[in-house]
Amino acid sequence: MAKNDVKVLGAWPSTFVMRPRIALNIKSVNYEFLEETFGSKSELLLQSNPVHKKIPVLIHGDKPICESMIIVEYIDEVWTSGPSILPSDPYDRAIQRFWAAYVDEKWFAAMRGLRIAQGEERKAFLDQVTEGLALLEEAFGKCSKGKAFFGGDRIGLLDIAFGSLLGWLRVTEKVGKVKLLDEAKTPGLVKWAESFCADAAVKSIMPETEKLIEFSKLLMAQMKGAPPPKN
Amino acid sequence: MGEVKVIGASLSSFCCRIEWALKLKGVEYEYIKEDLRNKSPILLQYNPVHKKIPVLVHNGKPVAESLVILEYIDETWQENPLLPKDPLEKSTARFWARFVDEKCIVSAWDACRAEEHEKERAVESAQESLGMIDKLIEGKKFFGGETIGFLDLVVGSLPNWLKFLEELGGIKLVDAEKFPSFHEWSKKFVEIPIIKEKIPMPDDLINYFTTSGLAKTIRGSALANNK
Repeated sequence: MAKNDVKVLGAWPSTFVMRPRIALNIKSVNYEFLEETFGSKSELLLQSNPVHKKIPVLIHGDKPICESMIIVEYIDEVWTSGPSILPSDPYDRAIQRFWAAYVDEKWFAAMRGLRIAQGEERKAFLDQVTEGLALLEEAFGKCSKGKAFFGGDRIGLLDIAFGSLLGWLRVTEKVGKVKLLDEAKTPGLVKWAESFCADAAVKSIMPETEKLIEFSKLLMAQMKGAPPPKN
Repeated sequence: MGEVKVIGASLSSFCCRIEWALKLKGVEYEYIKEDLRNKSPILLQYNPVHKKIPVLVHNGKPVAESLVILEYIDETWQENPLLPKDPLEKSTARFWARFVDEKCIVSAWDACRAEEHEKERAVESAQESLGMIDKLIEGKKFFGGETIGFLDLVVGSLPNWLKFLEELGGIKLVDAEKFPSFHEWSKKFVEIPIIKEKIPMPDDLINYFTTSGLAKTIRGSALANNK
């Protein structure tokens, strides 16, 4: 399919936007990356995702698909000649989906809280984050069965869901001066994180920690009501 | 095709989705009733992460989270498919299922629990979400087309839960005039025998909340105030 038949609407710092991009890379599908300007939403975004008005949106032909993990499953189902992102066994698929939902609904919220909160509240979020990592370490052991990824030999659904958060995890570790992935407590995840970030499908799009730190300053300013920068 | 158990609670809108799906596919299962005020060791064993119902246990292996369970059921038992085959249609069904859970249900509860000065805005927000569902079903018999499918099961007991939340919170969320298509769909849906057999009824929900004392925990609850 010609490159402009597949578009991803997004922004480079976004965890969620990384997900469909990794999936398309796994399938060796060429796509056009349309970057939203920070601080505003394009007409195309508002038309393609009128319900949530959020990135990422995959536009395939003229059809928009929204919600990052729904997009990843769509990509897996449409481009069947490339490596599979989900396993074939229904139970294994359920486990991957369960943990992807956990990452998005519970762990992500705790991470976000940890980045913003202060004092006692921050400690509570930190506990939630580390408990979550302990659960994910255990899940990694069961899912990977000794291989490099949650998906086995290759990156799968849960690798994409969780791995896309590694950029911001590293920002939190650096800025918050806290160790989240730890060789002693989460050795499996430490190794997995290295493998994930080094993978060909991920390497070119995983944002550098320093760039994310700079960007997070912009985000903080926006949250405090400063006007968006003129691009 | 193996031993199937469902750990659930009869008033839960998430649990009835699972039982409906299994019944639609003609799958026999053992129902294990859970008391949410006193969680059993079985539940804690099979869903240690969230400690919530429903849990499907198939040949001793647990699956949790209702939307994940529905897809597992659909992939394991292929009679009467719930999700469409086409990837785009499937994505659309999944999108709206999430919308129901993350927006409709949450905003309805928020409207029910809102303080007086925030109530009007909370009700408007809930109605905005419900309006999208109404628009989605406009002109269609069921969300799944001619027969019920994945999204019908997900939306499922929402009309009954909304009636309950209206009474609990002293608010008006839905009526036949405002959301005619949603109203029409819900009348047809509850008449389906498999659905009718097991759907949380507003009176039972009200009863449960008032007798358990939970109504008092809802700020400004019309039910709590009447007791």
